[in-house]
Amino acid sequence: MSDKSNRIIVTVVGHDRTGIIAETARVLADAGVNIVDISQTLLGEFFVMILLADVTHASVGLDALKMQLHAKAQQLGLKIDAQHEDVFKFMHRV
Amino acid sequence: MRSVYFDPEEIMETVKMVQMENLDIRTITMGISLRDCAHPELAQSARRAYEKICRLAEKLVSVGDALEREYGIPIINRRISVTPIALVAESSAGDDYVLMAQALDRAAATVGVNFIGGFSALVEKGFTHGDRILIDSLPEALAVTERVCASINVASTRAGINMTAVGRMGEIILACAKATADRDGLACAKLVVFCNAVEDNPFMAGAFHGIGEPECVINVGVSGPGAVLSAVRRAPQADLGELAAIIKRSAFKITRMGELIGRRASERLGVPFGIVDLSLAPTPAKGDSVAQILEAMGLERVGTHGSTAALAMLNDAVKKGGAMASSHVGGLSGAFIPVSEDLGMIEAAQAGTLTLDKLEAMTCVCSVGLDMIAVPGDTPATTLAAIIADEAAIGMINRKTTAVRLIPAPGKTVGDFVEFGGLLGRAPVMAVHRQSSQDFVRRGGRIPAPIQALNN
Repeated sequence: MSDKSNRIIVTVVGHDRTGIIAETARVLADAGVNIVDISQTLLGEFFVMILLADVTHASVGLDALKMQLHAKAQQLGLKIDAQHEDVFKFMHRV
Repeated sequence: MRSVYFDPEEIMETVKMVQMENLDIRTITMGISLRDCAHPELAQSARRAYEKICRLAEKLVSVGDALEREYGIPIINRRISVTPIALVAESSAGDDYVLMAQALDRAAATVGVNFIGGFSALVEKGFTHGDRILIDSLPEALAVTERVCASINVASTRAGINMTAVGRMGEIILACAKATADRDGLACAKLVVFCNAVEDNPFMAGAFHGIGEPECVINVGVSGPGAVLSAVRRAPQADLGELAAIIKRSAFKITRMGELIGRRASERLGVPFGIVDLSLAPTPAKGDSVAQILEAMGLERVGTHGSTAALAMLNDAVKKGGAMASSHVGGLSGAFIPVSEDLGMIEAAQAGTLTLDKLEAMTCVCSVGLDMIAVPGDTPATTLAAIIADEAAIGMINRKTTAVRLIPAPGKTVGDFVEFGGLLGRAPVMAVHRQSSQDFVRRGGRIPAPIQALNN
């Protein structure tokens, strides 16, 4: 397990609509965050998008980025959250 | 998403545990040795202790804050434990150690931690001069300080029970209540009486930095009753074997978060990582209750018949899941059942389903003991001592840690409430037996250590 990951996982949950990817990607791009991978799926009735992103060259900290994402989420009527990749690695992989 | 190897279900589970199920790191506790702070003058010793704590723990709070932000996992408390003060202050002249408690309190305030543990003495076999002074200092020390927590170990499986100390602690608890009568006996909420105290417990009020510990260490206490509760509620049809497996998986994930935060905190502070304490520690927050887990397992109300069995299974499953998740598990590690800090326990005690006797039975199968229980303010010291003796006997015979944190609520009686607020919560005053234990307690002396064979 790499101990020096600079990647975060962004989750977007809500009802599907036009422009979710574009709007979320815009927030990340403005913050200098590079999207590494994207997946979309349906979990029950909800649209779930998961982005893996590299924050090595980010211009803001994770807490500031989360606030920007939360603001965007409110605007779009979605739930957007970001967490460090290590959280998922530790919880689901030994 | 091949590049990250996570299923969307896994990712959503983690997000949900943090956002909706109160998954958090309960405490990052820095253990600090004060063995080099002894001095013939108590004021000098206190100054050394203050300076050392401030130096070593300077970054504890900022590192905790940074980890919380970066990993998005709430870290509720940053705390400090120190060498049992009786060992440090003993070299100093003087007949009370209040000055030392005040220095600890100031150090805690300076570095920004909400509690500092270790105003402690280990007297399971007998008192040294310093132990006696420390115990006598407790009522004033806990009344004039805000953040200092105290613990006294009065028994162990190897030494037996020091009944003279137990009797004395009954008197001290009453004196602590009296000294803080204007605050519902708050000093008692900061005082734990132990059997088989552990040296690396990160949880308050019983934390101290044991003598086998390194100069400085980081211990982490995880929480997560809410996450376990949700997992249990999702499986109403599961048989108990399946349910144990579900709890185990949940405990594993919770503990992994403790392992992650502990490792990172240790790296950033340049301090060795000690242990993860994988206790299920409830808070008064809704849904963050151990009692409600037991009720979700199928009990109408905690305290009814079956509660001990359900708790035994829960406690064991938490340990099994947690032990796999961390390289170093320690501390108390089990399910806590503090009455005032658990909404379900409060309700059950209020309804009369949960009694002191049933709680005592439940402590036979979980960590830690009779914790945060308010009893009538007119309870005699010898009755408090007898309650401690019973609990210590359970710990001694079962080779486990047991603790007693009783609040004889000044001027209050059964049906009244004590209110401490915050994590300490609120507790209904519970009934104790009115028949006297005085002659038993007054005998004093030591209950011999139990035989370690013929186990039945």
